[in-house]
Amino acid sequence: MSEITLDTLKPGDLAKITKVRVKGHTRRKLFDMGMVAGSEIELIRKAPLGDPIEFRIKGYNLSIRKDEARQIFVHII
Amino acid sequence: MENNKIRVALAGNPNVGKTTLFNAITGSRQHVGNWPGVTVEKKSGTKIYKGYEIEIIDLPGTYSLTAYSMDEIVARDFIIEEKPDIVIQIVDASNLERNLYLTTQLMELQTEMIIALNMCDLALERGDKLYLDKMEEILAAPVVKTVASRNIGIEELLDKVIEEKNNEQYHGHEIGYGDEIEGMILEIEKVLIADQELADRYPLRWISIRLLEGDMNVMEKISKSPASVAINDLLDSIDQEEYEADIADKRYETINAIFPQLCTRCNVKLSKSDMIDRVLTNKYLGIPIFLALMWGAFELTFAFATPFTGMIEIGFTWLANIVADSLQPAWLASLIGDGIIGGVGAVLTFVPNIFILFFLLSLLEGSGYLSRAAFIMDRLMYKIGMHGKSFIPMLMGFGCNVPAIMATRSIEDEKDRLITILVVPFVSCGARLPIYILFAGTFFGRQAGTVVFMMYVLGIAVAVASAKLLRATLVKGKPAPFIMEMPPYRVPTLKTSLIHMWDNGAMYIKKAGSIILLGVVIIWLLASFPWGIEYGSEASYVGMIGHIFEPVMEPLGFDWKITVSLIFGFVAKEIVVASMGVLFGVGDNPEALTQSLIADPAITALSSLSLMVFSLLYMPCVATLGVIKKETGSWKWTLFALIYGVTIAWIIAFIVYQGGKLLGY
Ligand SMILES: Nc1nc2c(ncn2[C@@H]2O[C@H](COP(=O)(O)OP(=O)(O)OP(=O)(O)O)[C@@H](O)[C@H]2O)c(=O)[nH]1
Ligand SMILES: [Mg+2]
Repeated sequence: MSEITLDTLKPGDLAKITKVRVKGHTRRKLFDMGMVAGSEIELIRKAPLGDPIEFRIKGYNLSIRKDEARQIFVHII
Repeated sequence: MENNKIRVALAGNPNVGKTTLFNAITGSRQHVGNWPGVTVEKKSGTKIYKGYEIEIIDLPGTYSLTAYSMDEIVARDFIIEEKPDIVIQIVDASNLERNLYLTTQLMELQTEMIIALNMCDLALERGDKLYLDKMEEILAAPVVKTVASRNIGIEELLDKVIEEKNNEQYHGHEIGYGDEIEGMILEIEKVLIADQELADRYPLRWISIRLLEGDMNVMEKISKSPASVAINDLLDSIDQEEYEADIADKRYETINAIFPQLCTRCNVKLSKSDMIDRVLTNKYLGIPIFLALMWGAFELTFAFATPFTGMIEIGFTWLANIVADSLQPAWLASLIGDGIIGGVGAVLTFVPNIFILFFLLSLLEGSGYLSRAAFIMDRLMYKIGMHGKSFIPMLMGFGCNVPAIMATRSIEDEKDRLITILVVPFVSCGARLPIYILFAGTFFGRQAGTVVFMMYVLGIAVAVASAKLLRATLVKGKPAPFIMEMPPYRVPTLKTSLIHMWDNGAMYIKKAGSIILLGVVIIWLLASFPWGIEYGSEASYVGMIGHIFEPVMEPLGFDWKITVSLIFGFVAKEIVVASMGVLFGVGDNPEALTQSLIADPAITALSSLSLMVFSLLYMPCVATLGVIKKETGSWKWTLFALIYGVTIAWIIAFIVYQGGKLLGY
C-alpha cells in the first residue's frame, strides 16, 4: 500500500496514520492529541485560505497546518 | 490533619466543563466559554457538604501531563506537586478516547481519582451507550455521570468524594507497555530506588515512564538526584524518539482495546456542527461571514443602546440643573454639578453600550465560533508573524484588554505570546467606546457609525502592523505550529451570557463610582484652584498643566483642555470623557456636554477625529500596563508598550490632523 502525506488527502478521505515524522515539542503534542500510528483520520475541510486543515481523529475535530501535515504519513483506507 | 477537610482538584482536557462544574458545586461565577483555554489560572472555592469542608480547585485544561503552555504548567504542577487528596477528572463523555489519554497518565501518578463523566446529555442525545459499571471496573475508579451545565449529578459526585476520602486503600490499574519498555522501566526503577527522597514523593514507575518519554520537567527533577549519572547512561542507550512514540501508541492502543467495553458510539455521519461549519468556514463564505458578524456585533452595540443612552443623558442633565439651582454654597454646587455629575455622568451614559458589548462577546465565546475565527484567520495571522490562536485574545480585547492579555497564557510559544501581549492594547476596548460615541456623535452626525467603525479597523490595523514590525526587529522568528481542537458548536446559555454581561457591566459602573470619581474630583480641584480664579480657566492648575504639554499636542489639534483630559485618561480611558464632562460642562446652567463641545471653537470635526485616533492608540491604561508587567515579567517590555503606544498615537494623529488640514477640512 502506498504511503502518502496527510496534506495530500482530499475532504472526505479516510486514512490510517503510519508514521509521524514531526520533530521536537510538536511531535509530542501531536501524540497527546491522538495523532499516533494506527489512528484513523479523516480530512474534513481546509480553511478558506487553504491552511490550516481540519481533521477528524479519535472522535473529535483537530486542526493543524500543512507544514505539520506534510510530515505525517498515512495510507488511505 | 483535620479529618473533615478534603482538597479536591478538578482536572481534565480543555473545554470539558470543569469550570461549569466548579461553578455548579461552589456557586461561583467563574468564566465559562466554549473554546479550549478559557481558564488560565487555578481558582479555589469551598463547599460544605454533609459535615465535610471540601475545597475545590478548578484548574486550566490540559491534554496530558506534559505541559506546553503556561496554563498547562499550572495544572500539571498542581496535580503533581501539591498532591490534592482527590483528583476529579472531568471527562467529556462525547469524546472519550482522547479524554482517556489523560486518565491513563493520572493512573500512573497513583492519585486518588474519581471520574466525572460530563456532557452525558450530548452523548445520549447522539445515541451513544455508556457502560458505567464496566468503566469503574476497568479504570478502577468511581465514575459519576454529570451534566454540569444543568446541575445534574453534583450530589452523587460529592458523595463519591466523601466515600473515597474514607476509603483508605488505593486501588489502581496500570497500562502495560510491552516487554522491551517494561524491561527498561524496571532498570530505571532499580537505579531510582537509591534516591529515597524522590521515591517518597513520586511513584517510581511513573518517573521511569516519564523519563523514557523524555519529559523535560521530570528530567530536571532527576538532574539533582544522586542517581542522575546512572539514569543518563541508561537513557543514552535507547532511541528516545522511538520510545516516545511507542509509549504514546501503547496508551492509545490500550484505550482502543477497552473502548468498545465502555461505550457503543453511534456514528452520526454529519453532525450539526459539521453542517454549520459547511457554511461558516466555507471556502468562499468564511471570510465574508466573519466580517459580517463583526460588523453586525458593532452595529448592535450602538443601535440597541441609543435610546437608553439618550434617556440617561436627559436624566443627568436634569439632575445637574437641579443641583445648580438649589445647592448652596456655590462651590459645592460646582463640585457636584460640574464635577461629579458632569464627569461620572458622562461615563455612566454609556453603560448600555458596555452591557450589550459584553453580552455579544459572551455569545461569541459560548457558541464555539472563536475557535473558527482562529481557524479562518490563522493563514493571514501567520503572514504577519502571529499565531492563529492569538486571534482569540484579540477578539476578547474588544471587551477589555486586561483579561485578553491574561488569555494569552494558552499560547504555547513564548515569542508568539509576547507579540500578542504587546499588540492587544491597540484593540479598542469598551472603555474607549464612550470617547468615540461622544465625539463622533457630536461632530459627524450621520457618518458617526462609519467613523466609529473606522476606529476599530484602525486599532486592528495598527496591531497587525506592529506585530509585523516586531517580528522583523525585536522578536525575530516564525510563529509556532498551530494545533487546535475545534469544539462542537453549542447554543450559548442565556444564564452564562447574562452573568458575563452583568459582571462586566457592574465592573464598569463600579469603576465609574471609584477610580473615575476620584479622578473627577481631582480634576475638579485642579480646575477650581488656586483660590479665586474662574473655574476651569487657563489660570487654574489644570490650565497650567495643560499649557506645559500643549506645545507637544498642538500639532495634533488639541488645546490645553483636551491635553489635560488625555493626561488623566492614562489612569483609565473613561476618564478622558469624564474630564471633558468636568471641564466643558461649565457655567450656571450646565447643558448637555454635546452642546458645550460644539460651542467650543477649539474643537472641530477634524480635531475630534484626531482626538479619537490618539485616544485609541496612545497608551495602555494603568490596569493594562500592570497586567503586561505581570505577564511578561519584564519592566523593559512594559515600558516599551508605553513609549511605543504614545509614539505611534502621536504620529498617526499628526498625520490625520495635518493631512486633514492640507486637504482643507
Ligand atoms: N451540553 C453540555 N454542555 C456543557 C456541559 N458542561 C459544560 N458545558 C459547556 O461546555 C463548554 C465548556 O465549559 P467550561 O466549563 O468553560 O469548560 P472548561 O473545562 O472549564 O474549559 P477550559 O477552562 O477552557 O479548560 C461551555 O460552553 C459549557 O456551557 C454539559 O454537561 N453538557
Ligand atoms: Mg475552565
